[in-house]
Amino acid sequence: MKKKKFGVVVFPGSNCDADCLYVLKDVMGQPAEFIWHKSASLGDVEAVVLPGGFSYGDYLRTGAIARFSPVMNAVVEFAKTGRPVIGICNGFQILLEAGLLEGAMLRNRSLAFVCKTVELRVENAGGTFANRLRKGEVLRIPIAHGEGNYYADPATIDRLKQENRIVLRYIDNPNGSMEDIAGIVNRKGNVFGLMPHPERSSESALGSEDGRKIFESILQS
Amino acid sequence: MKARVFVTLKKSVLDPQGKAIHSALDSMGFHTVGDVRCGKMIEVSFKPGMKPDAAADHLKNMCEKLLANTVIEDYRWEIDPSS
Repeated sequence: MKKKKFGVVVFPGSNCDADCLYVLKDVMGQPAEFIWHKSASLGDVEAVVLPGGFSYGDYLRTGAIARFSPVMNAVVEFAKTGRPVIGICNGFQILLEAGLLEGAMLRNRSLAFVCKTVELRVENAGGTFANRLRKGEVLRIPIAHGEGNYYADPATIDRLKQENRIVLRYIDNPNGSMEDIAGIVNRKGNVFGLMPHPERSSESALGSEDGRKIFESILQS
Repeated sequence: MKARVFVTLKKSVLDPQGKAIHSALDSMGFHTVGDVRCGKMIEVSFKPGMKPDAAADHLKNMCEKLLANTVIEDYRWEIDPSS
């Protein structure tokens, strides 16, 4: 398998950064490094991961403050060049706040923080993040969030569907997300946001290796 | 000078917190309540010398860029020139 150098951005309050780095480096044997949120540059990384957590304590709105971290200017420029950016959970929320993906997150319909393994249907296989997946395949990947209730206006939802940009849907919607959306890509297909945690399902010891296929897809792209 | 910024979910957006508060009020016997929307209030204190007109410009910018997410939220503010 090809090698790619990954950068995992660390915001104050990120808490899945070490898990992501561990999976990329130790499980998958890829070069990977942390990038502090105050860094103005991404160095020579070839793919960027915005990890899960509670950046800035989720103050104001999830991802709202992190989106103004210095590193985010570099991430926006990086994304413009078509290189891969994946935002997981809080990373997805940051991508939405930054406008790299459309829509917004609301509190879960139940108002409860939901932490469990869920089943996801692959709606759009192929591309940068799902080329190791098959359309219709069911993945088992954990979620852990209080604000994963995806919202977008009807015109945006129509566009996402028409352009085939809904990559993953929940089979049993855990949070009230519109269209059962669990993960979407931007129009170019190089920015992916998803609420489930692929880094928590990348080793058999953790009960599922389905998440690793998403990281492997980035390597193949 | 102080301003109070009110950020609320748009009418078209379901408000799970408001719904929960409403049902709590209802179960407490406040049956007169038809609906509840929950938002936030942000108090901004300007440094001395700020004029209300300029403050309004700044507040609009702050709301558009950070204080509200206009995909899901509306905002308004009140400036108290005497504060």
